[in-house]
Amino acid sequence: MTELAEFTLAEARDGLAAKQFSACELTEAYIAAMEKARPLNAYITETPDIARDMAAQSDARLAKGEARPLDGIPIAVKDLFCTKGVLTTAASHILNGFHPPYESTVTEKLWRAGAVMLGKTNLDEFAMGSSTTTSHYKPTENPWRRPGDNRPLVPGGSSGGSAAAVAAHAALGATGTDTGGSIRQPASFCGIVGLKPTYGRCSRWGVVAYASSLDHPGPIARNVRDTAILLQAMAGNDAKDSTSAPLPVPDFEQALTGDVRGLRIGLPKEYRADGMPAEIETLWQRGAAWLRDAGAEPVEVSLPMTKYALAAYYIIAPAEASSNLARYDGVKYGLRVAGDTLDDVYEVTRAEGFGAEVKRRVLIGTYVLSAGYYDAYYLKAQKVRALIARDFAAAFEKVDCLLAPTAPSAAFAIGDKQDDPIAMYLNDVFTVPINLAGLPAVSVPAGLSADGLPLGLQIIGRAFDEETVLRVGDVLERAAHFTHRPSFMAGAR
Amino acid sequence: MALDKAAVAHIAALARIRLREEELEPLAAELSQILTWVEQLAEVDTGDVAPMTSVAAMTLPMREDEVTDGDRRDDILKNAPHSARGFFTVPKVVE
Repeated sequence: MTELAEFTLAEARDGLAAKQFSACELTEAYIAAMEKARPLNAYITETPDIARDMAAQSDARLAKGEARPLDGIPIAVKDLFCTKGVLTTAASHILNGFHPPYESTVTEKLWRAGAVMLGKTNLDEFAMGSSTTTSHYKPTENPWRRPGDNRPLVPGGSSGGSAAAVAAHAALGATGTDTGGSIRQPASFCGIVGLKPTYGRCSRWGVVAYASSLDHPGPIARNVRDTAILLQAMAGNDAKDSTSAPLPVPDFEQALTGDVRGLRIGLPKEYRADGMPAEIETLWQRGAAWLRDAGAEPVEVSLPMTKYALAAYYIIAPAEASSNLARYDGVKYGLRVAGDTLDDVYEVTRAEGFGAEVKRRVLIGTYVLSAGYYDAYYLKAQKVRALIARDFAAAFEKVDCLLAPTAPSAAFAIGDKQDDPIAMYLNDVFTVPINLAGLPAVSVPAGLSADGLPLGLQIIGRAFDEETVLRVGDVLERAAHFTHRPSFMAGAR
Repeated sequence: MALDKAAVAHIAALARIRLREEELEPLAAELSQILTWVEQLAEVDTGDVAPMTSVAAMTLPMREDEVTDGDRRDDILKNAPHSARGFFTVPKVVE
C-alpha cells in the first residue's frame, strides 16, 4: 500500500477520479507513513480518526460522482492554524491544552474542498525561528542527511514539520505560514516546493498571529503543480480578515503553460552580497541559464535597500509580536501558573509559558514600541520598509519576475547557530525583503550542495501575480529535474 | 543602544514576563547586540518617506456595525484554566 504514497497530489487526484484506488486506501497509506515518520518528530498531533472519517466522506462523494477538487487528498496542517476541537499549540507551552472552538478560514476551505487532515505539524514556537528547534515539543529532524554523516539536520523553519512531512512522503501536501521565509526556507532545506502568496491572498483568520503585517499562510508540496492545486483551495477573500483581498482567484493550475518565452527575469544584484557561498552563486546562475534556454530574458536589476531589510524586519516583527502575544495572560486559555495577584499570574505564566526566543522577541518588541523609542525604531523601520517596497515596484517596471536564491546555505545541524541570535536571523536574508513588500514567491528545489543537500531558488512576482510565479517556477522545476530523495522516506517503496 | 540590567528589568515588567535575577545580565547582552545591529537603519535617509501603513495597496473595507456572531459563552469559557458561573476568574483585584 505504500506505493500509493509515491503519487504526487495531481496524480493521486486523477487516480481517485479514475477509481484506481479509494480515498480510504490512500489515507491508510499516509497514516502508516505518518507513523513510520515519528522519528522525525514532524507532527505534534496525529489525527488518524479524523482522517479516516474525512476519507470515508470523500469516497462517498467520489462514488456519487460529486467529487470536490481535493477529495481524498491527505494533508498536514502547521500547528499554527486553529482546528476546531483539535489541539492547537503554536509549539508553545503557553497554549497548553488549547482546543479552538473554531476553524481557521484556510483549513475550513481545504476541508470544504475535500482534503483529509492527517495531523498538526511542528514549528518554531509561535513561528519564530528558522530551524524548528525552538518548539516546546522538541525539534523536528530533516529527512535529509549529508552522505556519510549521521548528524541530524534541521528542516528549516518555522514550517519545518510541514516541510519534513511532505519531503518524507508522510503527507501529500501541507499548510505553512511565512512571516520572514518560514515556508520557502524549509522547502529549500527539504528539497520540496513552498509558496508564499501575496499578502491578502490567503486569509489569516484563525492563524495564531505572530506579526500580522508580515504573516502569510501558504502551501507546501512536492512540486509546483501540487502547490498550485493547494493554493487554489486556500486562497480567496474572507470577510473575517479585513486585510484579505477582495479579488477573484485565478485558476493557478491553468497558469502552468510551460511557456516563459519573452518574460523578463530580474536578477537583483544586491543579493550577490559579500560572502555568498560560491555554490549558491553557481546555482543561481544556472537557474538564470535554464530560464534563458526556455526563452526568457534574464536581466540585472537593483534593489538598493536589500541590505537593510533584515534590520527593519527585526524591529517590525518583534514589535507586532509583542502586541499580538499580549493576549497570553493565563486567564482565557492555555497555561496558567498560580500567583498571589493578577499581575503575578500574568508574569509567572508568561515566564513559564514562553521559550527563550519568544521572550527575546517580545522584549525587543516591547522596547522598540515603548515611550521615547517608537520613532527611532518602529517608525524608522516602517519608513525603510516603504523604501524596500518602492525598490521592488521600480524593478517590476522593468521585469516580470525576479529570480534569487532562497537561502544562503543548505540545512545545518541541529544545535548549530543556537548561541548567536543574529547568525540564525541571517538565514532569512533572501526571503525577508519579500515579506516586507508583501509579494508572492515560490521556492523550487534546483540542485544539491557540495555536501549533498537540497538547495532552492525562488521566483518573486508582482503583487497578486502568483500565476507568473507558478508558471516560471514550473519551468525552472522542469529544467532542474530534481529527482534526488532524502535518506529517510516514510511513505515510499 | 546598550541596555543594562535595570533597563531589561523595566522592559520585562512592561511585557509582564517575570525574569530571574541571573537572566538579566545575559539578556542585556543579547538584546543590546540585536539593538546595535538594527541601528544600522540610521544610515538610511528617510527624510521625506512616509512610513508603510498598509502592505497591499488597498483601503480597508467598511461594514455595518452589527453583531454577526456571538452567544457562545460556553465555547469561549471551555478553554479557560479557571472559570466560575460563566465568568473567567482571577485573583482578587479589588480589596
